[in-house]
Amino acid sequence: MKTLLIGEYREGKLLDSTYELFGFAAQMGADTAMLLVGSDTQLPAYGGTLYLADASACGEYSPDLHKQLILEAVQKENPDYIVFVHSSYGWDLAPRVAASLKVAQVSEVVALVDGGFEVGCCNAKMRRSVKPATSRGVVTIQAGAFPVLQPGGTPMVQKIAAAGGGSLEFVGYEAAEQKDVDLGKAEIIVSAGRGIGKKDNVPVILALAKALGGELGASRPVVDAGWVEHSHQVGTTGQTVSPKLYVACGISGAIQHLAGMKKSDFIIAINKDKDAPIGEIADVLVVADVMQFVPALTAKVSK
Amino acid sequence: MKLLVCIKQVPDLESRFKPDAAGVWYNETDLAFRMNEYDEYAVEQAVQLREKLGEGTELTVLSIGPDRVVEAIKKALAMGCDNAVHVQDTAVSAKDPWQIASIIAAYARDKGFDLIFTGMQSQDRGSAQVGVTVAEQLGLACTTTIVGFDYADGTVTAKRELEGGIKGVVKLKTPALVTCQLGLNVPRYPTLPNIMKAKRKEITLIPVAELPTAELLATTTSFHPPAKKGGGIVLEGDVGELVDKVIAILKDKTAVLR
Repeated sequence: MKTLLIGEYREGKLLDSTYELFGFAAQMGADTAMLLVGSDTQLPAYGGTLYLADASACGEYSPDLHKQLILEAVQKENPDYIVFVHSSYGWDLAPRVAASLKVAQVSEVVALVDGGFEVGCCNAKMRRSVKPATSRGVVTIQAGAFPVLQPGGTPMVQKIAAAGGGSLEFVGYEAAEQKDVDLGKAEIIVSAGRGIGKKDNVPVILALAKALGGELGASRPVVDAGWVEHSHQVGTTGQTVSPKLYVACGISGAIQHLAGMKKSDFIIAINKDKDAPIGEIADVLVVADVMQFVPALTAKVSK
Repeated sequence: MKLLVCIKQVPDLESRFKPDAAGVWYNETDLAFRMNEYDEYAVEQAVQLREKLGEGTELTVLSIGPDRVVEAIKKALAMGCDNAVHVQDTAVSAKDPWQIASIIAAYARDKGFDLIFTGMQSQDRGSAQVGVTVAEQLGLACTTTIVGFDYADGTVTAKRELEGGIKGVVKLKTPALVTCQLGLNVPRYPTLPNIMKAKRKEITLIPVAELPTAELLATTTSFHPPAKKGGGIVLEGDVGELVDKVIAILKDKTAVLR
């Protein structure tokens, strides 16, 4: 079994998530080769074959060129699986490669099962087992699902290059918004999710945060709806936090949220849905209506 | 200019899911269906562009599935799409993303769409493959996970959402396809007059058998709940008692309350 692992590089840096690909390959018991559109000053700690293209020439986000490069490496390596991280880079590029090769793609793999892959579905409440029906496959792995593994060593670099303009032009990066709250330093965070029902209920969650001496956090839907500022967002596209106490109010527990708070020391979740995925990582799941339970808890804490 | 937006109907994600008879997807009994949330943003963006461009622009909404998907199609029409295509397929849930994309591509291939909008993924299957695969099959420029959109003179300027709150700005020339992320805009609620107006809009029915079929590339062998990791305590019952229990746990397990 052989895997071609596609590393990630952004704003001049090799991304740490690249090492999760080695964790996946190790669980597969597979041989590896890696492809990276990056720089020879940022080589992964890996002793195998590395197909390296120069990001300053090919672009960090130039899917047409990156696809060409991957197809070239596939021809040389003849891998059974081409593996990406399920990230804004991986989920964008993987289907292009799979379509060009006309092979199965299995998205956001969380575990290996007999002869196939386990993936989440229905907002992470359920799982599917999926098997490629093609001899080769493209896989994206869920960030954080497989262990970080640094094989060590210095790669045997094979330089590759792609030419042409591609069908889109990358203009540049836009920095994250300034944070008026640094949730990363907070010891206690009380977060509001969609389950609070409406914007008018945000003060109820804020009151509990104040009573506990903590900060207000929020899940993505609450921020998208404009109920809470983006600077309070916890998760993959917001802040990653690890407070002593995290209270999740009406948050179902989408993977993007869990990735941002699962390292909290102690997690209390309040949700009316007993099967909500937040229950998988919570130390305590309180099955209740958030808007009944939270004010009652605040009143008792304030005493 | 011709615009297409592709939508899926999905169950309310707060439902309890049970496997179907074959054990490979959910049993639809007792589930309430609605438009996939990501697709609402796609429809809204397409409608905003339709409104901006005005006369001479036509916006079509497409959905694949059994008769129930007409509800989602009607919502998209009430939001402002001009007309609709319902690809009738009672076996849609057995198809993999490659097959779904092939159906959309087969329909769209000779229609000359300048711009296609899709959600970045569905809430139930969540593969994030269909939009990009349609673009690949049709040879369109494509970008994904957009949280910002602008169009002028044949060029789309889109902001992609990257990890950590960073965004990537890209420009692509039409014909193109974009997949829409949550938060791209604020999807409108259809008004009553627009719901009434939508009833007169045309829905073209296409039995899926009339479109070429692609072979299945990935097989689902099981649909099941995740293995319980255990460890956590589940508390249920009277709110007053729950509060007392949580206070006791906070005192016992954390240094937060003394």
